[in-house]
Amino acid sequence: MIQRDLALTTLRPHVEPRDLVVAVYQSCFDWLALCPRNLNYVSTGAMGQASSHALGLALGSPDRRVIVLDGDGSLLMNLGSLVTIANVRPKHFLHLVFENGVYEVNGGHPIPGTGTVDFVGMAKAAGYQDAMRFSQLDAFEAALPELLACDGPVMAVLKIAPGKAYPRDYNYIHSATARKIFRDALNRDET
Amino acid sequence: MTASSPANKLAPPSGEDIIAQLKKARVGIIVSVPDIVTSDGLLWPISKDPDFQLIRVCKEDEGVSICAALSYSNTRALLLMQQTGLMDSLNAIRAIAMDYHQPVCMMVGLQGKAPDETVLASASYGVRIIPPILDVMALKHIGIDSDADTQHIAPAIDTAYETGDALCFLVGQSPVIAGERP
Repeated sequence: MIQRDLALTTLRPHVEPRDLVVAVYQSCFDWLALCPRNLNYVSTGAMGQASSHALGLALGSPDRRVIVLDGDGSLLMNLGSLVTIANVRPKHFLHLVFENGVYEVNGGHPIPGTGTVDFVGMAKAAGYQDAMRFSQLDAFEAALPELLACDGPVMAVLKIAPGKAYPRDYNYIHSATARKIFRDALNRDET
Repeated sequence: MTASSPANKLAPPSGEDIIAQLKKARVGIIVSVPDIVTSDGLLWPISKDPDFQLIRVCKEDEGVSICAALSYSNTRALLLMQQTGLMDSLNAIRAIAMDYHQPVCMMVGLQGKAPDETVLASASYGVRIIPPILDVMALKHIGIDSDADTQHIAPAIDTAYETGDALCFLVGQSPVIAGERP
């Protein structure tokens, strides 16, 4: 098991200024606390839609890397997006799935298929260039440069345990301010 | 809201005219789940047109997110689907297009609507409930039932991207392409 905040702290130095980071739920709140930046895309609106928003960003900004911080319960709501993404084949698209087996912000109930659902297998079957699972932080850290350099969509599933609890600021992630900050930064080509 | 116009004895809309309007509005990406109403007159021609990038999605709510995200880079897109897909995507539309006030533009084929009936008077329950649902959501809708309606497409899309207001075209008759008019 990897503590989620440690996984995000490990990811942080690998994120370049022009990268677009799409984040949802607790990973989003943790990421905002650990790595506040204008090109964090946090307004995904409906549960499960992170990967689809990320694909739209990749289509609109094909010269940028897109990193998705998805949840296991969220991804289960939009499994078809794996096929859509694989079919479009955005060049620099890292899909991180934080697998804790529960709907963490909705009462901690188990997701369907906890312990048996295979996101790596599904991503590969959908046509992702590669997909792998990590349960040790050092292995994830070692693989990150290659994951971010892949020429096509790749998935990394992280078996995680909650780390430090960062505040859940729903008002901010759904705010017009959050969207304006991202839009302005994207169009300034902020680096 | 713009009520869908009566379609009695009107010639079906031209697929070429609709496509020309999309190009005039600088729509470059079409996101779609196939719809039988718009299949022959729009989606097949679009799929062969190098001016468009066609993104085939598995489910319509993916398209809502893709179109919204594209708007951040000022890339104009259209989500082409059937009303069943619209219904299946209402929560995404509610959150992403309406709550977030983003210019998601949709074109919806009304499967089950007869050419000689209006949308609201359709014998199909699945068809006639669409305008009232969009009205409740305060989502602007424009009927595309005949050639006369197609001229409204480009200006409406321009306005959507200028204001951030989402938009839904309701296609009540299958568009036809030249040489295939009944």
